[in-house]
Amino acid sequence: MSYIAILITFIFINNFILVQFLGLCPFIGVSKNSENAIGMGASVTFVTTVASVVTWAIYHFLLVPFNLAYLQTLTFILVIATLVQLLEMVIQKVSPPLYKALGIYLPLITTNCAVLGIAIINITSNYNVMESFTAGLAAGLGFTLAIVLMSNVRERLDLHPVRKAYRGMPIAFISAGLMALAFMAFDKSLLTNLHLV
Amino acid sequence: MNIKELTKGIFKENPVFIIMLGLCPVLGVSTQVSNAIGMSAGVLFVLLFSNIIISALRNFIPDSIHIPAYIVIIASLVTITELMMHAFAPAVYAALGVYLPLIVVNCIILGRAEAFASNNTVLDSALDAIGMAIGFALSLTLIALIREVLGAGTITLFPVGSFSGVIEVPWLVDNPFKVMALAPGALLLMGFLKAFLDWKAMRKAG
Repeated sequence: MSYIAILITFIFINNFILVQFLGLCPFIGVSKNSENAIGMGASVTFVTTVASVVTWAIYHFLLVPFNLAYLQTLTFILVIATLVQLLEMVIQKVSPPLYKALGIYLPLITTNCAVLGIAIINITSNYNVMESFTAGLAAGLGFTLAIVLMSNVRERLDLHPVRKAYRGMPIAFISAGLMALAFMAFDKSLLTNLHLV
Repeated sequence: MNIKELTKGIFKENPVFIIMLGLCPVLGVSTQVSNAIGMSAGVLFVLLFSNIIISALRNFIPDSIHIPAYIVIIASLVTITELMMHAFAPAVYAALGVYLPLIVVNCIILGRAEAFASNNTVLDSALDAIGMAIGFALSLTLIALIREVLGAGTITLFPVGSFSGVIEVPWLVDNPFKVMALAPGALLLMGFLKAFLDWKAMRKAG
């Protein structure tokens, strides 16, 4: 698959949140205002991209030569946890307001399904290192797109009357469902029509 | 021993509908009832043993590295589950795909380790795990049942003897609401179910 095809696949066709449901906790938790959503999206994109390359290298240069491929899950989660810790320290130094805003969700990137998800998907799809990098970047961008759109929807929802039982979580899920419905317009035929496959 | 630790996970602190943790697999694998049951079994195994091991080791794990230690314990249990399922239930293993290794990052498991097992006895932690896993299993199966019946008009269980494992619902099997089986259906259903439960809770509170 060409790199553009991978980008389109992970941003639109297999959007991590709206199609594969990977990374729902921050999607619902941090999407109340767009500033935090952008910050969260940027940190997730950074982590998925770096994690894709690092886990790919560990899998192919460490696990496969020693016949330890079954330790994939265990190794990947430890590598990701270390990476996130590093990112947390960098953000804390560089931008204290952003660090304060993301609060509890930054350490939670470790347990964000999107990061471990893309690492495993890269291995099962047999991507090479550049393809893994592209897939990691695209998955992060798709996550950012969905969470930023969602935060805008929720900012507007605050100004509108919503029935009491639907306030908060329920209306957030229903809005996400309607967004997912719109994303269904993107499917595999998009790649064929663009002559990418 | 406190039987309340067992029952609270089923209704009062239901992990899916009340605490709203671990939703990725709930929405991801709920297209078929059989997948939901497979996933629930995996979560039960991992949650039960992680709670037992972590509460047994709670006085030995240094506080500064407790999260990495928990993650290693949970990841080892998930690897065991993966290998077992691959060997004994290959169809379920294939259907669960990426969501099976993702049990590692399921917030329910780390959440219970952190909130409960790290400062309670082994027996209480085991009861807590069983209760939470039952709550998770019931919610997941309910969502899968609604989605499969409406979205495909079938209920897929496991084949036993001459029974193929698939129950067809008349009329719906020919005219399914396909959107329920797809991604938007999961999100919409979750929203409506949560709204219904909130409405019930509000009426009870008056």
